[in-house]
Amino acid sequence: MRQRSLIAITAALSAGALTLTACGSRDSDDKGSDSGGTTVTIGIDAPLTGDLSALGLGIKNSVDLAAKTANKQKYVDGITFKVEALDDQAQPSSGQQNATKLVADKSVLGVVGPLNSSVAESMQKVFDDAKLVEVSPANTNPALTQGTDWATTKKRVYTSYFRTATTDAIQGPFAAQYLINDAKKKKVFVIDDKKTYGAGLAGTFTEEFKKLGGTVAGTEHINPDSKDFSAIATKVKNSGADVVYYGGEYPQAGPLSKQIKAAGAKIPVVGGDGIYSADFIKLAGASATGDLATSVGAPVEELASAKEFVANYKTEGYKEAYEAYGGYSYDSAWAIIEAVKKAVDDNDGKLPDDARAKVTAAMQNVSFDGVTGKVSFDEFGDATNKQLTVYAVENGAWKPVKSGTYSG
Amino acid sequence: MNELPQQLVNGLLLGSMYGLVAIGYTMVYGIVQLINFAHGEIFMTGAFGALSVYLWVLPNGTTMWIALPLMLVGAILVAVLVAIGAERFAYRPLRGAPRLAPLITAIGLSLALQQAVWAWYPEATSARTFPQIEGGPFHIGDVTIQTGDIFLLAAAPISMAVLAYFVMKTRTGRGMQATAQDPDTAKLMGVNTDRIIVIAFALGAVFAAIGGVAYGLKYGQIDYRMGFILGLKAFTAAVLGGIGNIYGAMIGGVVLGIAETLATAYIADIPGMDKFGSQSWADVWAFVLLILVLLFRPQGLLGERVADRA
Repeated sequence: MRQRSLIAITAALSAGALTLTACGSRDSDDKGSDSGGTTVTIGIDAPLTGDLSALGLGIKNSVDLAAKTANKQKYVDGITFKVEALDDQAQPSSGQQNATKLVADKSVLGVVGPLNSSVAESMQKVFDDAKLVEVSPANTNPALTQGTDWATTKKRVYTSYFRTATTDAIQGPFAAQYLINDAKKKKVFVIDDKKTYGAGLAGTFTEEFKKLGGTVAGTEHINPDSKDFSAIATKVKNSGADVVYYGGEYPQAGPLSKQIKAAGAKIPVVGGDGIYSADFIKLAGASATGDLATSVGAPVEELASAKEFVANYKTEGYKEAYEAYGGYSYDSAWAIIEAVKKAVDDNDGKLPDDARAKVTAAMQNVSFDGVTGKVSFDEFGDATNKQLTVYAVENGAWKPVKSGTYSG
Repeated sequence: MNELPQQLVNGLLLGSMYGLVAIGYTMVYGIVQLINFAHGEIFMTGAFGALSVYLWVLPNGTTMWIALPLMLVGAILVAVLVAIGAERFAYRPLRGAPRLAPLITAIGLSLALQQAVWAWYPEATSARTFPQIEGGPFHIGDVTIQTGDIFLLAAAPISMAVLAYFVMKTRTGRGMQATAQDPDTAKLMGVNTDRIIVIAFALGAVFAAIGGVAYGLKYGQIDYRMGFILGLKAFTAAVLGGIGNIYGAMIGGVVLGIAETLATAYIADIPGMDKFGSQSWADVWAFVLLILVLLFRPQGLLGERVADRA
């Protein structure tokens, strides 16, 4: 009896372990193993599975495309780039584990990622201690670059952290300005998911909305694990608000929008780049028409600099779309490639011994025309490009409504 | 407009879903004293079974009036197969082992089932859309009811009635009561306890599958992790109602659902409590309620194992 139970436990555990390892091996397929010269790895950390995987896979593919393009053009002499993608499942703890793993791999000279600001918080110190440069295509929390007291005294905390996306300090107010000035909305119901990104966005939005003369009809915090928002939907309907602002991501925003409309409140739901995904429309259903999202930069399809990216992405035949952060991910990876090039050029065409430190130092002065426009970084590591776009759901797809540069 | 009736209906709907899943926890516990933590995943596989029927068995564009019954059959088939498989290969070998062993197996099984759906079900790494019933919504006074929710409103009481009839009136149902009361004596009286245990698992799975379809219809999407939180809530509902008591499971579910909804809607209005009223606090209040009930009525709202006295 005892032996049989042991067998059963072992079987159950090993079955579980096997499925888990099967998951892991999926991500390590496409290695561009070109021959000759030194191989430099660009690490990727993003949610490749789980709720946010649509965005994460877009990041992974775009970075992969940048590495392949650099190899094809022999952009850096004697250097072959390859990518190593790790899955953080949008969990800070997994993100930190991945960071340690990437630091341990000496061929990694730069990392693109992560998607979530809360994950970035757990990774920054690990990378900074190793002087390994990290460029996020998607983190929008101002505290990551400008310190926790960013609203009053800006102070850079980690010199190895950069990002190509603009911050919530800009994105939230941009949405507020659009709603008040262009959409003529006066009464908002603010909902957030209490996470670093969502709460930060809702905060900066509310402040600007009130400053411009709007009123807040109610506030709510949701539980990201939940799918039942009926109680909130009923509250929204009764509050008399003419618009809902949601700080958070599409896995919750989609059902939330659907349930608000089902409750009888025919008002748009507005969010940040976290809901700017095709999956939002899929989850929110037909009633999503008219919902709005702001996202960083100008629409990738409309920039001349992005045409090539879009075409190449199609040629490579990636299964998943590049999504909201594709252009930024490509630019993040390309910034690393540029920095590596600088480090190599300064060292007579070879990788210097302290390559990581040199690459990090070079990153500060990187400047090139990327997919999303001019790519360069200010003294905090933030993108100098502060363009934003409002998108609306129309006929089941996101359509750009208004692009602009935020002016405080 | 008065919000209360709508909020009560919201809570009733959420609670009915908890209740449907809670039945499985309570039946299995009542008979083998095992907390089947993989039950939430049986609920999940049921929902995926229904989706599979819709996607791959039925021709495109089948009206939901025809599709829904067939999807239910598919859901029940898949969930029952998973439950029986779990009983046979994960729990039966451990019968008689210390209580902790099957509990750990259950948790392992729960993870394994999640990962299996994640890895092998097409495109299940993120949420999949679930077909919806056309038409509606319906308005009764101030209350709005969605078309998909009508299924849940009907399924919960009908399920309870069928289950009550089965347990109280049929031979097998009496066998279950006997086994719950004393498995060894029941065996001596000629009850095939092994068979009874399988039936308890299967019956629990049937109701979990109905719950899974209701979830898909209500929220329009299903994903491989949907069973985890819902399973925990349903387990809480079973304890709240008195674990081992099938009516308690439904009552506990409804009480839990309504408590969560009202906490979200009204606690913020109490002076000084505005910080604790949002939906993210609803779970906290649900557990406060559970603790209070267990403090003052440790056997749960309806008490343990009505079957003993029947």
